[in-house]
Amino acid sequence: MLDIKNLHVKLADEDREILKGLSLTVKPGEVHAIMGPNGSGKSTLSYVLAGREGYEVTEGAATLNGEDVLALEPNERAAKGLFLAFQYPIEIPGVATMQFLKVALNAQRKARGEKELSVPDFMRLVKDRAQKLNVTQEMLKRPVNVGFSGGEKKRAEILQMAVLEPSLCILDETDSGLDIDALRVVAEGVNALRSPDRAMVVITHYQRLLDYIVPDVVHVMANGRIVRTGGKELAKELEARGYAEYVEAAE
Amino acid sequence: MADQDTIDLVKDIDVDKYKYGFTTDIEQEFAPRGLSEEVIRFISAKKNEPDWMLDWRLHAYRRWLDMVEPTWAKVSYPPIDFQSLYYYAAPKNVAGPKSLDEVDPKLLETYAKLGIPLKEQEILAGVRKQGEKSHLEEEGGTSMPVAVDAVFDSVSVVTTFKEELKKAGVIFCSISEALRDHPDLVKKYLGSVVPQGDNFYAALNAAVFSDGSFVYVPPNTRCPMELSTYFRINAKNTGQFERTLIIADKGSYVSYLEGCTAPTREETQLHAAVVELIALEGAEIKYSTVQNWYPGDKDGKGGVYNFVTKRGDCREAHAKISWTQVETGSAITWKYPSCILRGDHARGEFYSIAISNGRQQVDSGTKMIHLGKHTSSRIISKGIAAGHSDNTYRGLVSAHRKALHARNFTQCDSLLIGDKCGAHTVPYLEAKTSTAQFEHEATTSKISDDQMFYVMSRGLSEEEAVALIVNGFVRDVLQQLPMEFMAETQKLIGISLEGSVG
Repeated sequence: MLDIKNLHVKLADEDREILKGLSLTVKPGEVHAIMGPNGSGKSTLSYVLAGREGYEVTEGAATLNGEDVLALEPNERAAKGLFLAFQYPIEIPGVATMQFLKVALNAQRKARGEKELSVPDFMRLVKDRAQKLNVTQEMLKRPVNVGFSGGEKKRAEILQMAVLEPSLCILDETDSGLDIDALRVVAEGVNALRSPDRAMVVITHYQRLLDYIVPDVVHVMANGRIVRTGGKELAKELEARGYAEYVEAAE
Repeated sequence: MADQDTIDLVKDIDVDKYKYGFTTDIEQEFAPRGLSEEVIRFISAKKNEPDWMLDWRLHAYRRWLDMVEPTWAKVSYPPIDFQSLYYYAAPKNVAGPKSLDEVDPKLLETYAKLGIPLKEQEILAGVRKQGEKSHLEEEGGTSMPVAVDAVFDSVSVVTTFKEELKKAGVIFCSISEALRDHPDLVKKYLGSVVPQGDNFYAALNAAVFSDGSFVYVPPNTRCPMELSTYFRINAKNTGQFERTLIIADKGSYVSYLEGCTAPTREETQLHAAVVELIALEGAEIKYSTVQNWYPGDKDGKGGVYNFVTKRGDCREAHAKISWTQVETGSAITWKYPSCILRGDHARGEFYSIAISNGRQQVDSGTKMIHLGKHTSSRIISKGIAAGHSDNTYRGLVSAHRKALHARNFTQCDSLLIGDKCGAHTVPYLEAKTSTAQFEHEATTSKISDDQMFYVMSRGLSEEEAVALIVNGFVRDVLQQLPMEFMAETQKLIGISLEGSVG
C-alpha cells in the first residue's frame, strides 16, 4: 500500500529540513499510529503525502500501490485513493457541504474512469454515512466548515472520508479540540471504515484517541524520523513516560 | 426528434474557452457604412416607422453630434471610428418577425447551437429534459417554459409563446412590431427613463437603434412565464444597438432575462444598448442578464465593447425593480443598471457578478436615486478579477432632500485570482436628508493557498477548484437568477476562469 523510503523534506523557501530520512511501510488492512512531540514533523509528513505546496523533497521516495505518489497533483492522489483528514479543516464560503461532497466524489470517479453517481444514489449514500456520524441534514446544507464548531468540523472530515471511500486514510490530529463524546463519535466513524483493503495512518499527540481507534502498529516520531516502532502497548508507555527521552536521543 | 437533436447539439458544443465564437454564414443586408442622417432615414424607412419616430431619432442624432465620449471610467481603449461601422445588418428574407415555420432554418440552427431552442414544443420538451439539474433545483425548484425574443444583429427574428402571453394580456414582441401595433404605448414611454441626450452612447443608440424587445404587462397581472431576449451579434464591423422597453402596469409582475453572445473576431465590435424599465404602483420587474459577449483573445485582441445604459424607474408608490447581472464577456464593459426610486416606498435592487480574465476591463455598478419617502435599495456586487484584467465597481447612492427615511445597504466583495489583475471599488454616497440611512461594506480577498489545497486534496483539479470557490463566493447573487439559468451560469463561471491559474 504505502511505502516511504528515506524521505528528506525541506521547506521550499527556507533552508530548513523537516523530515530527515523517514521510512514507513503500511500494508492494506493495517492501522498505524504516529505519535510524537510538537515539531517532530508529523503534520509535514501528512502534507507532503497529500501534495501541499511549499515543501521540497530532497531525497527518498514515497509510493502508493507501487506508484510514485510525490509526482502527482493533490487531486490525482485523491483519485488514487489517498485522503487526508485535516487538523484544521478549511472554510469554503458559499459552497454547501452536500454540494462539495458530490463534486468531489464525481471528480474522483471521473478521474478513475467511473460513471458519475446518480443523484438518488448519491443522496442515499450521504444520508447513510451522515446518520452514522450524527451529521444532520441542516449541517449538510451549510457551507463547508463555515461556522462549524470544532467537533462539527472533525465529523464533517470523517463524513467526507466515509463518502469518498479512500484506500489510504491519513488522520492528522483528528482528536485535537474534541470533547470525549465527540471523540467517541469520530472514532466510531473511523472504525466503521476499517476494512482488509483499507489502510489508516493516525497522527496524534495524545494516546487518548488510540483507546478508541486501536492501532496495529505504533511509531514514535522525533526530529523528522521514526525513532521507535512497537505494538499498541507502546502508546501507553509514551503516555506514562512522555517523549523527552526520544527527543534527546534524536538530537 | 427535432427537440432531441437540439439537446444533443447543445451537449456536443465544445467547452472551449469561448464556446459561442462561431459565425453563421447567412446572406445579410446592410445600411451604408458610417453614420449620417441618411443612414438614420434608411433604418427608419426599413422599419416603416411613423414620422414622429424618425424625428425622434434625428433629434437624438443631432444631440449626439455635440457630445463627447465619457472618459471617467477606469477603462482604456483606442479611439472608436464611428464612421467605419455598419449601423444596420439584417439577415435577408426577414421582413419582420414571422411565425416559426417561416424562419430561416440557418437561424434556428444558430440559436439551437447557442442552447436556445426556439420551437415552442422543443422548449417545452427541452426545459424538462435539459441535462443535469442545478443544486438548487434538487432542493425543490421546478422548471417552466420561457418565452424568447431572438435578436440577430439588427432585427428580431422570432418571438415565441406570443399567443399564450396574449391570453394573459401581456404584450411581448420586438420593438419594431410594437411601434406598428402599439404606437401609443411606445410613444408614451420611450425615452421617458433614458432620454435621447442622456449620455453619448444612449444618444447614439436613440439615433440608430434597430431592434430589441418590448413588454407591457397589464394591471394586476402576473406574467405567466419568464420572458427572455437572446441577442446575437453575427455580422462583421457591425454595431448592435438594441433598445428594450418594459412597462409593468399597476400591481403587475414580470421576470425578464437577456442573454448575449458574439462570434470570435479579430476586430472589436461595438454594442451600445439602452434598456428602460417602468414600474407603476405596486408593480415589480425582475431583470436578469447573462452577458457573455466575446471577450477578445488572451492578448486583448478583438472582443465586444459593451457600452450600455440600463435604467429602471419606480415611477409610483411601492414599485420594485430588481437588476441581476452576470457579466463574464466583453473586452470592455461600461454598464450601470440603475433605479430611480420616485414613488414612496419604492424599492431597488442590484445584484451583480462581474468576472474578468485575460485583458478584459470592467467598469460596472449601479445608481440608486432615492427621491420618494421610505424608499429602500440593496446592492450586492461580487467582482472577480483574474489574469491581467481590471475590474471596477462604481456605484452611486443618493437621497434627495425629500427622500425621507431612505435606506440603502451596499455590499461589495472583490476576489482576486493571481497577482496581475486589479479590483477597485468606487462608491459615491450623497445624502441630502439626515434621515437617510446608508450602509456600505466592502471586502477584497484572494483565493488562499489553503483553500486550493483543501479542495484539490478532495479530488478537484486546479481549475475545478477555482470554479467551485468562485461559485461559492458569488452564491448570494446566483440565487437571484431564475432557476432555469443557474446551472448554465455556474458552468459559464468555470469556463470564464479557465486559464486563470497556474
